[in-house]
Amino acid sequence: MRVALFLTCVNDTLYPDTGRAVVKLLTRLGVDVDFPAGQTCCGQAHYNTGYRHEAEPLARHFSDVFGEYDAIVTPSGSCGAMVRELYPRMGERARAEGRGDTLAATLAPVVPKTYELTEFLVDVLGVTDVGAYYPHTVTYHPTCHGLRSLGLGERPLTLLRAVKGLELVELPGAEECCGFGGTFAVKNSDVSLAMGTDKVRNAESTGAEVLCAADNSCLMHIGGTMTRLRTGMRPVHIAEILASTEEEPAA
Amino acid sequence: MSGTFVGMPAFPEAAREAVRDTTLRGNLRHATHTIRAKRAKAVAEVEDWAELREAGKRIKDHTLRHLDRYLEQVEAAVTAAGGVVHWAADAEEANRIVTDLVKATGESEVVKVKSMATQEIGLNEALEAAGVRAYETDLAELIVQLGKDRPSHILVPAIHRNRGEIREIFTREMSEWGRPAPEGLTDTPAELAEAARLHLREKFLRAKVGVSGANFVVAETGTLVVVESEGNGRMCLTLPETLISVVGIEKIVPTWRDLEVFLQTLPRSSTAERMNPYTSTWTGTTDGDGPRVFHLVLLDNGRTDTLADEVGRQALRCIRCSACLNVCPVYERAGGHAYGSVYPGPIGAILSPQLRGTDSEIDASLPYASSLCGACYEVCPVAIDIPEVLVHLRERVVQGGPATRAGNRVVLRPAKGHAAERAAMRAAQWAFTRPGVLRAGQRMASRTRRFHPRTLPGPGRAWSAGRDLPRVPAEPFRDWWQRTRGGKDGAAE
Repeated sequence: MRVALFLTCVNDTLYPDTGRAVVKLLTRLGVDVDFPAGQTCCGQAHYNTGYRHEAEPLARHFSDVFGEYDAIVTPSGSCGAMVRELYPRMGERARAEGRGDTLAATLAPVVPKTYELTEFLVDVLGVTDVGAYYPHTVTYHPTCHGLRSLGLGERPLTLLRAVKGLELVELPGAEECCGFGGTFAVKNSDVSLAMGTDKVRNAESTGAEVLCAADNSCLMHIGGTMTRLRTGMRPVHIAEILASTEEEPAA
Repeated sequence: MSGTFVGMPAFPEAAREAVRDTTLRGNLRHATHTIRAKRAKAVAEVEDWAELREAGKRIKDHTLRHLDRYLEQVEAAVTAAGGVVHWAADAEEANRIVTDLVKATGESEVVKVKSMATQEIGLNEALEAAGVRAYETDLAELIVQLGKDRPSHILVPAIHRNRGEIREIFTREMSEWGRPAPEGLTDTPAELAEAARLHLREKFLRAKVGVSGANFVVAETGTLVVVESEGNGRMCLTLPETLISVVGIEKIVPTWRDLEVFLQTLPRSSTAERMNPYTSTWTGTTDGDGPRVFHLVLLDNGRTDTLADEVGRQALRCIRCSACLNVCPVYERAGGHAYGSVYPGPIGAILSPQLRGTDSEIDASLPYASSLCGACYEVCPVAIDIPEVLVHLRERVVQGGPATRAGNRVVLRPAKGHAAERAAMRAAQWAFTRPGVLRAGQRMASRTRRFHPRTLPGPGRAWSAGRDLPRVPAEPFRDWWQRTRGGKDGAAE
């Protein structure tokens, strides 16, 4: 099986540790993962801000870069949802606008082979214990697109529960949005910050050292709020926890 | 606080005030979290909820698809049952029809059943201008009216008020409108409810004209349906001699069998009740029973325009349950007034810019009043994909394009104020279709990282005002991958 890592532009630029963790984790599980260098951005920010037509070339580019692989793995619930949920919709809209089936046909092949990381681990590889070691207290925030668009459900929690040394504590109001929302964070920053602050306070109330999620965009917002509020917590992507072992613990 | 929504600032500005109002935040948090939990429990009891939701969606879609036929069926059935049907293209026409009908009775006051349609058209203000006083009889609407306030929730329009504030409003204002509040009124719910009962009772017994909306109109028999909890609706629908009902054209269901679906999903979604306490149905007029004269005013007011939009039309499925408001994290913090419409929350953010257009500052800002978290879609009993419509309307705001206004196809121009964003999005698109350009940008960011400011200028300030910026790493992932061949060269860290 030819597996491609779709790291996402945010992770590539700002969170290379998450990318290295995915590579380390998948390699440990016997997957030969490739990083196609042509990859850029899925177009989610464009699409969700109202620039669907500007997102189309990015979606076509994604399809060109990843089309030949058997599986495309991404450590981002929202970028995964962009491909799986919104690429088909972009094709439908183009068709409704009288632009034919070309876009739909171009994007169709990548849709079913795109997996969010925890889906790939649990559904494709069939593993729930990835042999990780992470001696910390962790609370898990299910990010909205992972939760409601992809329906990740129990997968991330099942994976975390199997991690040696990890104590998982429940996050109050876990299913409430953290307030990131892409350009929402800037366009409606007051409401976004109020939501983020409430999320951080809930996380603090658990007494955990680490807030874990499967999407660094949300963690960028939550983490930025955490340090500003001077909490003792830190945000960590689930890939970095799952990649951590007794021999090579996470930094 | 003024009683109308005219001249509202854009959503982010209005929300900024609300976010800082600690009393409002506390009131909303308490109320929405309570009803949210109750709804979840009431819905979980129903084994075939998913099927009911799908059925509701299909019934509404079918009716909207054949609305021309069903509207004529309603007109024929209501007329045959002794009612008079009027057609109103917009708010102004509807207000004129109702005002003329009330004037013709010679009365100068009406009692009202809680109704979103009459709020939408500003009927109370129109009647006031014509010298007719409209008394709201729903408890929360009464609180809003006495407080010269605006509604902030579809189902619980005074949700932004707590008991203490309500006691204060009753004590201060009731005497202006009729029977004063009892001496020594406290803020216990039972005492507040009793004060409202006594105040309203004299209005019910005196009124000759009632004004209502309707939750549903059953086309096969021309029957109107109102569901409510307090019994004030039953009073207004049965005691007056004349009843005038203003109903949006999307409220039709074809048959009684179809109605059954919504009578299960609406109460559980809105008040978390298995069944609402009062369900009133009436078909035209009946001798010796209830009003002798019945008028039905069918209201368009932007609905036909909305129906013409194939993505946006799903908003017309809405049965006004408020589940999306109660679950919305943005509504919980911004409050209902920030939405500048009688329809607040997620449904308001997709309904107002369609019914009113996106010309005003507030209407152009509403599609952005969401983090697209999807909680609204999840709880909607008629499966309105609110995030999908929000994004569709964002596109209309920034790109313009075809739309329908007052029945005419028009091509909208992009809204002002998005030029810089549009340029940035186009630049990003250019870079993102050229991996080499992206890489050069990433390297530049990494190499200059020591000089990055802690706070951002311009629009970026909205980010750094409340959150720290992430630190740019020494090298982007792609450079590490190339340098180490994906870690195979041993340089794992």
